Amino acid sequence: MSYLEYSVKTVPTGWRKILFLNWPLVVLLSAVASVGFLMLYSVAGGSLQPWAEPQMKRYLLGLGAMFFVAMVPIWLWRNLSALIYLGALGLLILVELFGAIGMGAQRWIDIGFMRLQPSELMKVSLVMALAAYYDWLPLKRVSRPIWVLLPLLLILAPTILTLIQPDLGTALLLMIGGGAMMFMAGVHWAYFAVVIAAGVGTVYTVFLSRGTPWQLLKDYQFRRIDTFLDPSTDPLGAGYHITQAKIAMGSGGWTGRGFMQGTQSRLNFLPEKHTDFIFNTLAEEFGFVGGLSLLLLYVLIVIFCVFAAIQNKDRYSSLLILGVGLTFFLFFAVNMSMVMGLAPVVGVPLPLVSYGGSAMLVLMIAFGLVQSAHIHRPR
Amino acid sequence: MRRTPRETAESSRKIARRGLLLGGSQLAFAGVLALRMRHVQVDQADEFRLLAEENRINIHLIPPSRGRIFDREGRVIADNENTYRITMRREDAGDLEDTIGKLAQLVSLDPEDVSRALDEMRHSPPFLQVAVADRVSWDEISRVAVNAPALPGVTPEVGLSRVYPQHETFAHVVGYVGPVSERDLARYEDPEPVLRIPRFQIGKVGIEAKFEEALRGSAGAKRVEVNAVGRVMRELDRREGTAGADLQLTLDSDLQDYIKARLGPESASAVVMEVETGDILAIASSPSYDPNKFVRGISTRDYSALRDNNHRPLASKTVQDAYPPGSTFKMVTALAGLAAGVIGPDDTAYCRGHIEVGSRRFHCWKRAGHGHVNLENSLRDSCDVYYYELAMKVGIENIAAMGRKLGLGIAPDVPMSAVTPGLMPDKDWKRRERGAEWLVGDSVNASIGQGFVLTSPLQQAIMTARLATGREIMPRLVRSIGGVQTPIEGGGDLGIDPRHLKWVRKGMISVVNSPRGTARSSRIEADDMRMAGKTGTSQVRNRVVKNQDVPWEERDHALFVCYAPLDNPRIAVSVVIEHGGGGSAEAAPVARDVMLQALYKGTPPLEAYPSSDRGRIREQQERIAHERAKRHEAEGRRA
Repeated sequence: MSYLEYSVKTVPTGWRKILFLNWPLVVLLSAVASVGFLMLYSVAGGSLQPWAEPQMKRYLLGLGAMFFVAMVPIWLWRNLSALIYLGALGLLILVELFGAIGMGAQRWIDIGFMRLQPSELMKVSLVMALAAYYDWLPLKRVSRPIWVLLPLLLILAPTILTLIQPDLGTALLLMIGGGAMMFMAGVHWAYFAVVIAAGVGTVYTVFLSRGTPWQLLKDYQFRRIDTFLDPSTDPLGAGYHITQAKIAMGSGGWTGRGFMQGTQSRLNFLPEKHTDFIFNTLAEEFGFVGGLSLLLLYVLIVIFCVFAAIQNKDRYSSLLILGVGLTFFLFFAVNMSMVMGLAPVVGVPLPLVSYGGSAMLVLMIAFGLVQSAHIHRPR
Repeated sequence: MRRTPRETAESSRKIARRGLLLGGSQLAFAGVLALRMRHVQVDQADEFRLLAEENRINIHLIPPSRGRIFDREGRVIADNENTYRITMRREDAGDLEDTIGKLAQLVSLDPEDVSRALDEMRHSPPFLQVAVADRVSWDEISRVAVNAPALPGVTPEVGLSRVYPQHETFAHVVGYVGPVSERDLARYEDPEPVLRIPRFQIGKVGIEAKFEEALRGSAGAKRVEVNAVGRVMRELDRREGTAGADLQLTLDSDLQDYIKARLGPESASAVVMEVETGDILAIASSPSYDPNKFVRGISTRDYSALRDNNHRPLASKTVQDAYPPGSTFKMVTALAGLAAGVIGPDDTAYCRGHIEVGSRRFHCWKRAGHGHVNLENSLRDSCDVYYYELAMKVGIENIAAMGRKLGLGIAPDVPMSAVTPGLMPDKDWKRRERGAEWLVGDSVNASIGQGFVLTSPLQQAIMTARLATGREIMPRLVRSIGGVQTPIEGGGDLGIDPRHLKWVRKGMISVVNSPRGTARSSRIEADDMRMAGKTGTSQVRNRVVKNQDVPWEERDHALFVCYAPLDNPRIAVSVVIEHGGGGSAEAAPVARDVMLQALYKGTPPLEAYPSSDRGRIREQQERIAHERAKRHEAEGRRA
């Protein structure tokens, strides 16, 4: 138990823990979520239903979950990491086998009050598992090939499972997130160089496979890539969404068209305006100033995470906090790139703002882990 | 696993280093996002704002109401009526079949329309209105309105459509409107958007087509906000269009209607003109057709019946057909001779019933000959030989020049479709068109309005008006456009010696009033209404057999031109009865009746007629009055 190397005497206990929570982080998260409520209220045409109110309830639930997770000592979570990872993997296989059909892709399990997406759960579990693995692994073995192979398998197993769902966005997030975890744990540069080279090679091969019987991606995925490369080629078909999204954003200008005045979202020109493309509603109604403000909140959360990680002397805690921060970053970075026309439309929600239960709950649990690591940090 | 403090410190350092590195790249990426945001939202803002507006705003045109057409007394010739149609909207209708079934109990529905409408509704957005029945009667619309609660999604709609309350009477002048066709659109370089409104009507022929721009008016527009699927969310603003200009014609409905009745089933035409102003009071072609049928879309069967009728109801014979003018042309030859100084009024020619020109023999219509004939008698008796000899002296160039002066060989400037210039031949024309030299025989033929000469009934009326006044009378069909008077054109002196005109008119007076005149039986007895005229019989085929012995198609055309009253001419009339036989027997009585009707502005007193005819005329007047009343009743309009 490496943790025992440090004095645990100074770790707060009982309700005192609440005082040691990273409160600025809680405020930041709530601020982001509030932006979400406001936008969901707006896209519903000035109504709490059908999105804003359920989203608030979920946020409160998420907040509760976060506090609960934060209260539990971090070493307990570390010891459970492997188990949680296996559980998530099991669920992922389960949806693959029995999952309900939704949106043409098998992604969720109905657990009564909400639909659970195991792939969301996996994003946190993978971070936990990798952090635990590198905490356990002696430092000098980190870059040895045999010890590199194991985390690679931990990453690839869920990645492949989500890829065949097919959920390109999550697969991408898992892969990049996992890779970043390995990088932060200190795996040698050379591995990453090789992997990046291999990645480029793979992309090249994937494009090469197009139109052949062994085509590696589905047609709609190829079309999304085409649309990304030049959305104007098909403004009414595949490019419609992204074109309308850019119109919504661009028409906002500096200060936006005003709260609930966005014509693109109000008249339904904007697709998925309450989920993936909610950022465009914000950008349309509050302009560049509004969009930049949200980006700033996100960046602040990431910065908080990085500093909390550096301050923390526990290896598991540091890696976990960095991993959660990175996962969070990947969420909004991929979503924003996508809705701004910088990346293909892969279906990644805007964290804490997009309407949806799984992603929010999982993120709040993840931040609960960050809080737990923060409260129980060695002093 | 225990770690040494050294290991722990190293681990922390490494994590801090790599964490900061990764955090830095995250920050850099956030910077990229911010720059992208700035690019889209600030640099391209105007462009995207415009696209957003284009997305949300649709412009709907409001069709203007078409200008109406009135006769000279303000009676309606072309009007707009409300037409009703029944539309359905899928999202409100619930069970489509059920609703249509209920509707079918109230309104007679065409099964073809219904299946088309059902198909359209199923394949279009649910809020789109689809027409289920068109041109529904007021009764049916009322029934639908009363039962509205039982018919969800069914809406009666009102639109405007052209209607011609006088049916056949003005078909050839006014023409008709119809929906815009692809060919119509192709005519315009940049067609007005209003033309693309479904069911929008434009003038196809006649005045409706010639005054299309004035009658159409300009479309209004409303700007509406639509959502992504095209549903109208609200109206932003609205600009009413301007209605088309009303036209008032120079025509007299009553006279035109009388002529239609008087011509009856004949293939004939008549033009009545005010000699001073050139105002056309009536311009009728018989038989006619009902333009309303064309507005509604004529059936193939009805159309073939019109097209294949040998009396050619579709032809606008007054302006579009050119006939050899026959003896009505003799005034032209006479005036040419007088003008050239080759004859005087009292110079005579000797008619033996024929004349030899080269190796050819030209006959007078009277085989026995007229003996010594002067100018007046040449017209009164319509002696052909007099004009044969005159033509040889004066030459075709002088005749053609006089013909043109009187309006022949030139298309009259009237806003009707397919106006023919007729033909006033000369040496140049023959060389150009026939590649042959002009022969003396051609002049001889032309002198009595046969051979190459062709005139339309309207041209003959113009000629007569000019003969009656000596001035350059121009036809006028439109009195005012949108309340603005149309100027009376022409009217300048023709430059014909008044004495020459007087001598020729004297001949025309004798034709009708002299005891030996060819049209004496068609004279007017009322002193202040006396008439002058000229008969004409134009040969359809060269032959010697009598008319009644040959098929209708080969009989001669009967023509008559006249003006009245003698000392102060007011009205000129020209009548052509196709294959009618002789001008004096067939065309002159019609022209006389029409003339009296025009002079008296209604049914003339029997005293205007020769006493021997009055009994027969009374019967005729009663018959025509009865026919007109019956027709008006059938057409459902006021007499």
